[in-house]
Amino acid sequence: MKQTRAVTSRPTALVVALAVLVICLLAGLMFGAAGISLKGIVLELLDRVPFVSVDSGLSPVERGLLFQLRLPRVVLAAVVGGLLAMAGAGYQGVFRNPLADPYLLGAAAGAGFTATLMIVVVQIDGLVPLAAFGGAIGGVLLAYALGNTAGRGGGTATLVLAGVAVASFLSALQTFVQQVRFEQLQRIYSWILGGIGGDWSQVWLIAPYALVSTVVLLAHGRLLDVLSVGDDEAVSLGVNAARVRFVVLCAASLATASAVAVSGLIGFVGIVVPHVVRRLAGGSYRVVLPLSLLAGAAFLVLADLVARTVLAPAELPIGVVTAFIGAPFFVGVLRATRTVDT
Amino acid sequence: MSSIEVRNLSVALDGRPVLSGIGLSARGGEWLAVIGPNGAGKSTLLRAMMGLLEAQGDVLVDGVPARSLKPRQRARLMAYAPQSPLLPPSLTVSEYALLGRTPYISYLGRDSRRDRDITESVLERLDLSALATRPLGHLSGGERQRVVLARALVQQAPVLLLDEPTTALDLGHQQQVLELVDRLRLADGLTVVTTIHDLSLAGQYADTMLLIAEGRHVASGPVKDVLTRSLLARHFGAHVRVDQGPDGRPLVNLIRPAPPSSGTVPDGSSGTAPDGSSGTAPDGFPGTVTRGHPGVATGGSPDRS
Repeated sequence: MKQTRAVTSRPTALVVALAVLVICLLAGLMFGAAGISLKGIVLELLDRVPFVSVDSGLSPVERGLLFQLRLPRVVLAAVVGGLLAMAGAGYQGVFRNPLADPYLLGAAAGAGFTATLMIVVVQIDGLVPLAAFGGAIGGVLLAYALGNTAGRGGGTATLVLAGVAVASFLSALQTFVQQVRFEQLQRIYSWILGGIGGDWSQVWLIAPYALVSTVVLLAHGRLLDVLSVGDDEAVSLGVNAARVRFVVLCAASLATASAVAVSGLIGFVGIVVPHVVRRLAGGSYRVVLPLSLLAGAAFLVLADLVARTVLAPAELPIGVVTAFIGAPFFVGVLRATRTVDT
Repeated sequence: MSSIEVRNLSVALDGRPVLSGIGLSARGGEWLAVIGPNGAGKSTLLRAMMGLLEAQGDVLVDGVPARSLKPRQRARLMAYAPQSPLLPPSLTVSEYALLGRTPYISYLGRDSRRDRDITESVLERLDLSALATRPLGHLSGGERQRVVLARALVQQAPVLLLDEPTTALDLGHQQQVLELVDRLRLADGLTVVTTIHDLSLAGQYADTMLLIAEGRHVASGPVKDVLTRSLLARHFGAHVRVDQGPDGRPLVNLIRPAPPSSGTVPDGSSGTAPDGSSGTAPDGFPGTVTRGHPGVATGGSPDRS
């Protein structure tokens, strides 16, 4: 049994990732414009557990800060980071390409276009997330439809090229709309750079999609492993490769759209987190998917913490922080594990 | 033991016929080698048999048309290893081998204890246990080929389709891999169909042969009827001499078409008597492999490079 233990799961890695996530979540709750003590947070959270009643010693202001500002923001950062990293891992599996990221098929350009339209033309800020969500899904659908008409075999290369075409086209449209209403440029730009707004309504808005896509993606880890040996062998093993690819693409795109809707375009998480996970814990998608979810969540909570504290009271765009922390960290992991090729 | 039969198989790619009316049959436990010049359609034949390509004609396993089977059922009867399998570098050997259990696991199911036990026993059998947790990116060529074989065996299919199992292996590893396939075939009663471009190797291991050229059937039957000088000259454009090895199997030797006047080319007529030493062709030509007796392993641990 000793050898095949590695096959089933890697509980230690999961426990470590979970612990890291909890630490990041607590740090995200503690630090900010006004600090809240760790003890206060833990007791206050315990107090919210049914049938538990403890006195946290937090003032009403601190309590409001914790539950109305910090907690939704930290939760949202965790959800968005987890979704992006997991979607990135899913895309990499489907395309068998380590450079695939969640925005590969036009999700970013689609969301950018519709969000710009909403900001510039309709001008209802509350509907920007919904518009971005629809745009992201629409971009991917367009790429998928185009890829299937162009390459009847459903080959992944055609699909990627279709994604490139759709993304360029939608970006051009977005730029056009943006130039027409020049005075809105700053708002559009700050949306594109990404940021975690963080109130509970945004969390509830994406929760159902986040849940569905997470469950579907996590359930397909084994089948992504089968896909990783090539379509021919997958089919010879009795797996309908095209169907698995379609289902995973749908779920990963839904996850991406959910993330984009509430956070704009945050780069780097979707491509780097799965690679770090793969380097540290092995290449099986049964491990890579859940670990990417946890590590992506932890990473974005941390990035958001940095984004809102470094230049306080001003905020850095979170996309700047993910690249700024992520890139050196990634290089470090690449160097430390250079013997394993991914 | 399961027999496999192909009737009147035709494949067209982009409207161009690649295979036309190919038939073959291998009895249960038999080793059939498909040979032919480059571009003859050998790999296409295996892929079509596996249902990976649109094809006309029938593939029957034990008389049952493969077409009538569900993909998972078919995958329990036929296992396939492509010429250049994709080996994800960060997957471990045991994770990769376990993929062979896929036909036995439901769509969203998990592998059972039994699946893991079978995988482990196959790894043990192929002397891969020590490598179980090693990433595929860290394997040598010979180890990679054994791992691919392990994945196919974990599938527990009675029919094994191997596309050029010895490509890119050196002479010794070619022999070890084929010996291994043969040992497993005899032990488990597997029916083996391989494409193989090295005719000497093919002649050493196969029971029967199918020669195809330009997508058409040219000859089939016992090895000695297919590996003939005239057939090889006509369809491979090769100048060869076919000798009989010590065990009666044909040995194919390349002869330079226009030998220089001096005696640099070994002269078959000089009568270098076979001395019985296996591994050397009668004329002292290096590079031909003579097969050990069936069922006798050539060494407990192949490929300790």
